Amino acid sequence: MIRLPAFDYYAPRTITESVDLLAAHPGAMLLAGGTDLVPNMKRRQQTPPALVSLAGVAELKHRSFGGTHGFGAGLTLSEILRDDAVRRECGALYEAAAQVATPHLRAMGTLGGNLCLDTRCNYYDQSYEWRKAIDFCMKKDGERCWVALSSPTCLAVSSTDTAPALIALGAHVVLVSAAGTRTLSLADLYANDGMQYLTRRSDEILTRVDLPDQAGWRSTYWKLRRRGSFDFPVLGVAAAVKLSADGTIEDARIVLGAVASRPLVSERASRALLGGPLSDEAIARAADLAFAIAKPMDNTDFALVWRKRVTRDFVAYALRQLRGDDMRAVRRQLTRRSLAGLHY
Amino acid sequence: MNERTHSVIGLPRRRVDGRAKATGQTRYADDIVMPRMLFAKLLRSPLPHARIVSIETSRAESHGGVHLVLTGRDLPISYGILPVSQDEHALCPDTVRFVGDPVALVVARDEATASDACELIDVRYEPRRTIADPEDALAIEEPRIHAYGEHGNVHKLAAMQFGDIDAAMADADEVFEDVFFYEGNTHLALEQHATVAWLDGDGKLVVCSSTQTPHYLHRALAKALAIPAQHIRVIAAPNGGGFGGKSDPFNHEIAVAKAALVLDRPVKITLTREEVFYCHRGRHPVLMKFRTGVKRDGTITAVDLQTLLDGGAYGSYGVASTFYTGALQTVTYHVPTYRFRGCRVFTNKAPCGPKRGHGTPQSRFGQEVQLDKIAERLRLNPAELRLRILEHPDALTANFLRVRTIGLAECIRRVVAASEFDTRHRRMGRGRGLGLACSSYLSGAGLPIYWNEMPHSSVQLKLDRSGGVTAFCGASEIGQGSDDVLVACVAEVLGIEPFDVRAVTGDTDLTPVDLGSYSSRVTLMMGNAAIQAAERARDILAAAVSRKLDVPASRLVFAERRVFDSENPDQGMTFRDAVCAAEAMSGAVGSVGSYTPPKSEARFKGGGVGPSPTYSYTAAVVEVEVDESTGWISVPRVWVAHDIGRALNPVLARGQVEGSVYMALGEALMEEQAYRRLPPRLSNALVHKFPSMLEYKSLTSLDMPEVFTELVEDPDPAGPFGAKEVGQGPLLPIMPAVANAVYDAVGVRVHEVPITPEKIVKALAELAGGKPGYVGPASFPDIAWPEALMVPPPWEGGTGQATNQRQREKPSGAGAPRR
Repeated sequence: MIRLPAFDYYAPRTITESVDLLAAHPGAMLLAGGTDLVPNMKRRQQTPPALVSLAGVAELKHRSFGGTHGFGAGLTLSEILRDDAVRRECGALYEAAAQVATPHLRAMGTLGGNLCLDTRCNYYDQSYEWRKAIDFCMKKDGERCWVALSSPTCLAVSSTDTAPALIALGAHVVLVSAAGTRTLSLADLYANDGMQYLTRRSDEILTRVDLPDQAGWRSTYWKLRRRGSFDFPVLGVAAAVKLSADGTIEDARIVLGAVASRPLVSERASRALLGGPLSDEAIARAADLAFAIAKPMDNTDFALVWRKRVTRDFVAYALRQLRGDDMRAVRRQLTRRSLAGLHY
Repeated sequence: MNERTHSVIGLPRRRVDGRAKATGQTRYADDIVMPRMLFAKLLRSPLPHARIVSIETSRAESHGGVHLVLTGRDLPISYGILPVSQDEHALCPDTVRFVGDPVALVVARDEATASDACELIDVRYEPRRTIADPEDALAIEEPRIHAYGEHGNVHKLAAMQFGDIDAAMADADEVFEDVFFYEGNTHLALEQHATVAWLDGDGKLVVCSSTQTPHYLHRALAKALAIPAQHIRVIAAPNGGGFGGKSDPFNHEIAVAKAALVLDRPVKITLTREEVFYCHRGRHPVLMKFRTGVKRDGTITAVDLQTLLDGGAYGSYGVASTFYTGALQTVTYHVPTYRFRGCRVFTNKAPCGPKRGHGTPQSRFGQEVQLDKIAERLRLNPAELRLRILEHPDALTANFLRVRTIGLAECIRRVVAASEFDTRHRRMGRGRGLGLACSSYLSGAGLPIYWNEMPHSSVQLKLDRSGGVTAFCGASEIGQGSDDVLVACVAEVLGIEPFDVRAVTGDTDLTPVDLGSYSSRVTLMMGNAAIQAAERARDILAAAVSRKLDVPASRLVFAERRVFDSENPDQGMTFRDAVCAAEAMSGAVGSVGSYTPPKSEARFKGGGVGPSPTYSYTAAVVEVEVDESTGWISVPRVWVAHDIGRALNPVLARGQVEGSVYMALGEALMEEQAYRRLPPRLSNALVHKFPSMLEYKSLTSLDMPEVFTELVEDPDPAGPFGAKEVGQGPLLPIMPAVANAVYDAVGVRVHEVPITPEKIVKALAELAGGKPGYVGPASFPDIAWPEALMVPPPWEGGTGQATNQRQREKPSGAGAPRR
């Protein structure tokens, strides 16, 4: 098998201890579930001198209720799925978490880890020997972006399922460092750069995800991938709407995943829905507007032209589900199963 | 001995190796740990094509924990699975031919040290031009990837003609001409190849490996290491899946054997998944062109087939693969006149070879999709068309293949009935459809890899006073259930329980030769050898029991762990007492049995590929749902009926059918051994696009449809208890059936695999624009074929020999060798 490079390992018990370790060890990285970082380290995509494990930090498992929702970043995706309140009130989060990877990986992978997931690219997610055979790329050890030769920035793809969902739900995240604590909207955690894709500083720990009161909101997440399991998204559509009693849309958020180096909030598509019902025309208009901003590149599974094209379909699926259409047959064809009632 | 019903054969049983596999007790090659064992890693080429200028190993050798570094200088003798393609070296001596070709082996105290030391080896390369695909290979004469072959980068050209093709085409009412492309794909066995080599107590070399072909590995080791075969022991560890991917002798096997010899310590290598993709030997990408002449009633007058195979960097089984793309067109449907021309080229990619169905799924796909088109044009039900043109039992085909039993008509009727094909085909509405296709496959290759007149399989039995029977055979258990077949055949004949028989298999020191687990040969060949051995053992016991009980041997029955008088069942003794009686009467009790296939009637050059003791047949119906906006394809149900002759253990037989459907749907819908060529003005790079199980897409269990399996049992006289193969044939009809179902659903003709939503959407857009909705290649290139071997078919007085074999000329004109 491919062996891990050598590294120092720290196992703090508190957030304070963790941030002190990060501050004391430049280049150290955080280890949560390890499902992203460990294979990357084997492939020498990341070779940190030290890992600070968050597995023993109990505060990161904290869950708070009461109108709003607070999720410790260390909750596993399986724990999120077993959370009845998530299923009832945060449809998009439940559906996104349910479609991450496989049951084994959801049992290990954490919410914070999924939000901070490294961006992905078929030229980058390869072994050291493979990358050597293409003389590497700008994201690691090389100069060029092979995806688009003229690109000044890395085009690796944001591949987190939960981020678009949580942005649609209006999430904020808490970042803690030795210097202090700051809160920012989840959308602002991301930058559209395949290398510097997080605005998190390397000495900060993402400790919590907070959701506002979901009363009046409905949300959903639709994921495109080749198979019913295992695969990262090559398109994710999260949608949330707040409906008045007569079905008028008071507020809406449409967020695309896996079509850029960050989750893309489609402001225009969201705005276009306001003030009317979820009619076929409104759905088609929103789908067109969301489609316009999708910028898939030739660095994931499936042909990029097709991935862009089906953005329309997927936005429509999401909005039709929010309207109350029975989308179970379509969902089953795409996901090869029902998403209802997953506990792992 | 009287006729009686079987007590083991045909009954569903837990396989003999099932318990060990389910509990983790099975020791695969990588599970072997030995005292003083060292670990090896291969340094592989990062360039697709280059001359090795120099290799400097001193830094690696002096790295702490490193015991040995080997390079091509240490292993100068070439080898290869086919005698005509001895073109591989365990470590490349002077040229690397694809990214992943090994240049050095590092042996160290652990894997991490060996990996680190690989980085300390300095290799200077002089890059050569990259030959990326068949187009390059046909156009570029120099540089040559290999110095042998037809010319330039053309490895093999084959051309053969059975009857007057032009006259037969002229005689047709319609001639259909279609091109097809079948993308390459790989085996994806769960177990990654692993090998452990050591010197036994007496100093002889032992190599334990995940191999389907211990006998051929034995020969290759003897050659490449220049050691007599009798001083080498090869043990085939249980394979965690093979599918053809472990049937070549591999560089890592030879290199660690050499290291064990040099160091006199056990050395293990376990490949990473990426390295397994570089071993490859998977499905050849094949471009093909079918011209088929038919009468208005569907009768075929002639088939004219051309195939172009992208072989990758080495020969492997490629010459056989080339012939296989043209061999089996004739055993399914009656083809009175036939021409086949095949071309295999070398490219700078991992070598292709045999994968489940070896060379035949590609052209089967073309033939079955074309038949669907023919049926539509002739306004025939596709099932009816096939029933009309089936080949007949016991026929000798145009290319001199001897067919035995054919249960295909029954297979077709069963899947048609179960899927309600006649009432649902063309009537399911937009977006839903059914497709039907058929196939046939070998029950064992009629000829061995290397020329010899010895048996293809032998079984030895040891019986002793314990009452136990040990069955020895060189066959290797690769998950297909060969140990179970061996035990079942012996137990059935001797009237004992399978649990009373111990199988010892795949060990060149202990077991008599079986050629290996490939070409669906083991059940038929080993099974027949086992029956012969068991019958001989039964005769030995019967003689002793007869004397002891004073009952004629002909009246004795072996059943229920007893030997008794059929006319007076109380008169008898236990099986164990029978063995004791025999041992007392004539000493140690043992027997041998062996099997050699009948001689083929195809006596022309190239006729060695295709003959088989008998052929299996399969029919399948696939149901699809296609979303017209996204092109998304779902397969909710598959019906498959397989003519197996007789199912020795129906549980295993059904498992093989379902496993075939699983693998076939992967090939039909998503699997691609695809490569990435960087822009040539910037780079020579040509890399496997995604050598990982995450990005090389194959089905997960969630993606599997409901599979309705029917086994059609009409015992074939050639098979053990009438059994034919089931390991490969059921895969073949699935891919074309998916394509035909997609056409039924949305009117798009699919002439290539994998069939993906992108391709469907593109074709639907063309269809909407008034053009034919078509997915597939545009054309087949002009290839300078040599003059075809002319072999008159049997009905024109042919004898199986070519009339022009001696006068055959090299090709001239475009594509000819430069002199």
